[in-house]
Amino acid sequence: MENLLRRARNTVQVVKRLSHSRLGLIGMSIISLWVIVALLGPIIAPYSPTAYHPQDRFEAPSLKHPFGTDRYGRDTFSRVIIGSRSVLLLASSATLIALILGSSIGLITGFLGGIVDEVVMRFMDILMSFPALLFAMLILGIFGPSTFGVITVIGLVYAPRIARVARSAVLEVKEKEFIEAAKVRGESNLYIMFVELLPNIWGPLGVEASVRFGYAIFLSASLGFLGLGVQPPTPDWGLLMKEAQSYMSWAPWMSIFPALAIASLVVAVNFLADAIRKYEAGEL
Amino acid sequence: MTKFLSKRLVNMVITLFVASIIIFTLTEIMPGDVAQMILGQYATEESLEALRAQLGLDQSPLVRYRDWIWGVLHGDLGTSLSMKGVSVASLLLRRGRNSLFLAVAATIFLVPLSLFLGVIAGLKEGSWWDHIISTSSLIALSLPSFISGTFLMMIFAIWLKVVPAMSSIEPGANLFSVFPKLILPIVTVSLVLLGYVARMVRASVIDASHSDYARTAVLKGLPQLKVVWHILRNALMPTVTVIAMNLGWLIGGLVIVETLFAYPGLGRLVYVAIQRQDIPLIQASVLLTSAVYLLLNLASDVIYTFLDPRIRY
Repeated sequence: MENLLRRARNTVQVVKRLSHSRLGLIGMSIISLWVIVALLGPIIAPYSPTAYHPQDRFEAPSLKHPFGTDRYGRDTFSRVIIGSRSVLLLASSATLIALILGSSIGLITGFLGGIVDEVVMRFMDILMSFPALLFAMLILGIFGPSTFGVITVIGLVYAPRIARVARSAVLEVKEKEFIEAAKVRGESNLYIMFVELLPNIWGPLGVEASVRFGYAIFLSASLGFLGLGVQPPTPDWGLLMKEAQSYMSWAPWMSIFPALAIASLVVAVNFLADAIRKYEAGEL
Repeated sequence: MTKFLSKRLVNMVITLFVASIIIFTLTEIMPGDVAQMILGQYATEESLEALRAQLGLDQSPLVRYRDWIWGVLHGDLGTSLSMKGVSVASLLLRRGRNSLFLAVAATIFLVPLSLFLGVIAGLKEGSWWDHIISTSSLIALSLPSFISGTFLMMIFAIWLKVVPAMSSIEPGANLFSVFPKLILPIVTVSLVLLGYVARMVRASVIDASHSDYARTAVLKGLPQLKVVWHILRNALMPTVTVIAMNLGWLIGGLVIVETLFAYPGLGRLVYVAIQRQDIPLIQASVLLTSAVYLLLNLASDVIYTFLDPRIRY
């Protein structure tokens, strides 16, 4: 309990620090706004995101439809609101998978060293020698696009990159005296890795995770745009852009509003990630 | 140096070999019957059998992998399934040329511009110029290409009508004569790297100007221009590596940009191949892009060792 309270107070401190940077503050505000929108979802969306209204096809933005309608008369405003759920869910679960996988691999290889380290990191290098988007496209093309597939693939693509960061952080901490002490006490390797080492590499891991979260949005939106992500009729932002592409010149609202939504979220995440990096480097 | 180079080359060949196994295995577990796909669902069992035998599909995976690699090493990449009878090698060559043009043009556009912006921001650290350049390059590097491309298309093609919106061109067209069609894709594919490199340059210029040698240069009364020259010479060294290492990013970017602007390049070819489950085309195009990516990484390491005399292998 005591511990938990201290943690909470620490978090508040960090958030306060981050909001001293103008970009950090803008980033956090926009992200919170989207999280609230995603949580409220159907409560604030005026229409069902998937209901067809054939009489209202391709309507320009108006009071009735603030972001206009698409070729089935679906309300773009509602689709953008509900779509925020898909992008946030996708990107955060993918980042979580990458973080768990990557930090475990980094901890094990960094701590054990030797042949395990050599072989596993070599393999990670090979995985990273494919461009991320291409690798994701290949896997999703083969196993068929799905929400689950997108999450897994993005998690897998970014795990080696997080593993690398975790490993080099471990190599640094490993030499410290308290690790030596734990070894002398006869603690098991698992205990040392997850109880002694892990809490001491949160800093670099946090920075990397925040950057990866931005990339995960970037990648999942791009896959959605290619039609290899979430499938219709689910309103995914990338998918909305794909559907709007053929009508760009005479129904531009169909593209503009989802594009602005994606842009605001990725830019906000990168603003925040930049502030976190500066904080970790002691520049804030 | 030769030892370092040969070690890196061997490493690259091994990586490429493992990559080829991964690609082959992935396409191997792809659901769907190739023979059925070619002949359609009304084909008789005998004709399917005959085609499978002709394509070598009745052989074991190991034999097929050997045959495939043997073909790749001899420049025979098979024929495309979705574009009947077209040889994959000629397709890759034609589309690769188009993509190469786009990538080279983008590099020519982005390198000087990002260096210029990064140097200005770095030398004027904390000024308004710095804030504007840093923030806009952070925005540029965050935006997915299909978003920035859509904005550019809306503004310059649909609203202002100064450039064409679509970049579809005839096969074998002279790329210089259709250059206006290429402007939007070139700018779009450059944006992410432009932002990234500009920020890297800024950071290394700031590092260099806080260094001891820069302070010494100022204190011993060197003219300002000379001090700046000292700083730049040292700051630009890591930048070359950053640029070479991230050119590989252009490959992923090209997939999106070529799809958005309907430009017939390698990136869109990979996309179409995956969509149509055209296995020979997928195998060859993914292997080729990985090879290019690895070569770029190797090049960046070599350039780095040439530039930094402290690193000797």
